[in-house]
Amino acid sequence: MKYIDEFRDGEVAQSIAAAIKAEADANATYHIMEFCGGHTHAISRYGLEDLLPANVRMIHGPGCPVCVLPVGRIDAAIWLAKQPGVTLVTYGDMLRVPGSRRLSLLKAKAEGADVRMVYSTLDAIKLASANPERQVVFFAIGFETTTPPTAVAIKQAQALGLKNFSVFCNHVLTPSAITQILDSPEVRELGTVKLDAFIGPAHVSTIIGSRPYEYFAEEYQRPVVIAGFEPLDVMQAVRMLVRQINDGRFEVENEFARAVTRDGNEKAKSLVADMFELRRVFEWRGLGAVPYSALRLKEPYAAWDAERRWDVPQDSPPDNKACECGAILRGVKKPTDCKLFGTVCTPENPMGSCMVSAEGACAAHWTYGRFRDLERSE
Amino acid sequence: MCLALPALVTELLPDDSAKVNLGGVAKTVSLALVSDVKPGDYVIVHVGYALSVIDPEEAARTLELFREMGEELPA
Ligand code: SF4
Repeated sequence: MKYIDEFRDGEVAQSIAAAIKAEADANATYHIMEFCGGHTHAISRYGLEDLLPANVRMIHGPGCPVCVLPVGRIDAAIWLAKQPGVTLVTYGDMLRVPGSRRLSLLKAKAEGADVRMVYSTLDAIKLASANPERQVVFFAIGFETTTPPTAVAIKQAQALGLKNFSVFCNHVLTPSAITQILDSPEVRELGTVKLDAFIGPAHVSTIIGSRPYEYFAEEYQRPVVIAGFEPLDVMQAVRMLVRQINDGRFEVENEFARAVTRDGNEKAKSLVADMFELRRVFEWRGLGAVPYSALRLKEPYAAWDAERRWDVPQDSPPDNKACECGAILRGVKKPTDCKLFGTVCTPENPMGSCMVSAEGACAAHWTYGRFRDLERSE
Repeated sequence: MCLALPALVTELLPDDSAKVNLGGVAKTVSLALVSDVKPGDYVIVHVGYALSVIDPEEAARTLELFREMGEELPA
C-alpha cells in the first residue's frame, strides 16, 4: 500500500540504523522518550530497539489515551452506564479497562447495562436519533486527535435538535503531559529518569501542528522530532535526535512533514476552541493531578455535557496496588518490572490500563516483545 | 486506538463525507475536519474522520532523506 510499504522497508531501516550507530558518540548515552503509544507499538512490533546501538535507549511515554485515564473516570463511566434510561457508547478499547474492584464497562454490560461500542462519533449520533427514548451518552476520551470528532458530533446533535445525546468529556492535552513529565521529581531533581529528547506525536500533531512544542523545546532545552507511526519514521526521528543532541541543539524538527505543518489543522482547531475550555486540573493515571491538561464543554454547550446533566461521581480511587502502569507511564519502569506481567495480567484479562489497547506499553510488549526477551535469556 | 493508515479517497459523497480505500477495504469517512479533498488524494483517517491530507511532495522528500542517509555513511 502506498505511504505504508515504502516506510517499512527493512533494508532502509538497516541503513538508518547503521547511520545512527556511526553518528552516536560511543561514550555518551541517549535517552529518547517516544510520547505516543503509536510509536511504542511500532517500536515493539518491528523490534526497533534491537536495531539501535546499546547506548541509544527508548523510554515509553504516557501518550496512550486509554492508559492515562484514571480509575475514577472509568468508575464514573460505569456509574453513568447504570443510570436508568442511559445507553453509554464509547470506543472499543474502553470496554475492557479495569476500574475499581476490577469492574469494567464490559462487565457492567454483562450485568445488564446498555453499553455499546462505536467506531466513530457519528455512529453515536445515529444511535441517539434512532432511539429517542434512550439517553445516549458518549464516553469521550483521547488526545487532540479525538477531540475534533467529538466536537463534530455535538455540532450535529445541535443541528438535529437531539435532546437525548450528551458527552462525558475526558479529552486531554499532549503538551501539558510532556511538561508534567519534565517537571516530575524523577526527571528534575532525583535524576532517576534521564530524558534527553522526545519523539513528538504523529496524529496529534496533524491537528495542533508543530508550534506547541516550540515552547518546551526551548524552555526545557530538549529536542523534539515529530515523527510518523511507521518504523522508518521512528528510526529517522531517532537519528535526527541523536544529531541534535550531538550538536547541543534543542529544536522542533518535523519528520512527518507529509501530514504535519507548523500550524496544524485550522478547521479542527477552531472547532475545538469554539466549543471547549480548559479544566483547571485533571487527574491522569501515573502523572497525578495535572494543571490545565484537559478540556470540558463551554457554557453554551452545557446541554450536551453529561457532567452537567447528571451528578457524576468525582472520586479518585487508587490504582490496583500491584499494577505498575503509573510508573510505566512516567517512564520510570518497564512492563517486565511488573510482577503481574504476562502471568496474572494479559490482554485477555488486563489488570491495568496499559495492557488493554495495542498502544499500551504492556500490551505492546506482551504481543511483540516477550519472545525477544526469551531469545535473549536463552 | 490511535493506529490509523493512509487511505485513498475514491469518491466524494454528500454530507461532507467520502468513500476511501483502506488497503483494499472500502469505507466511508467524514471530511468534516479537512478542506479541499479530491478523489486521488490520500488522507490520514482516525476514528472515522480524515484528519489531514498527505502531501505527496513532502512524502517523496522524506523518502529521499532516508536513502541519502545510507550513502553518507563512511564505508
Ligand atoms: S502488566 Fe498489567 S498489572 Fe502490570 S503494569 Fe502492566 S497493565 Fe499493570
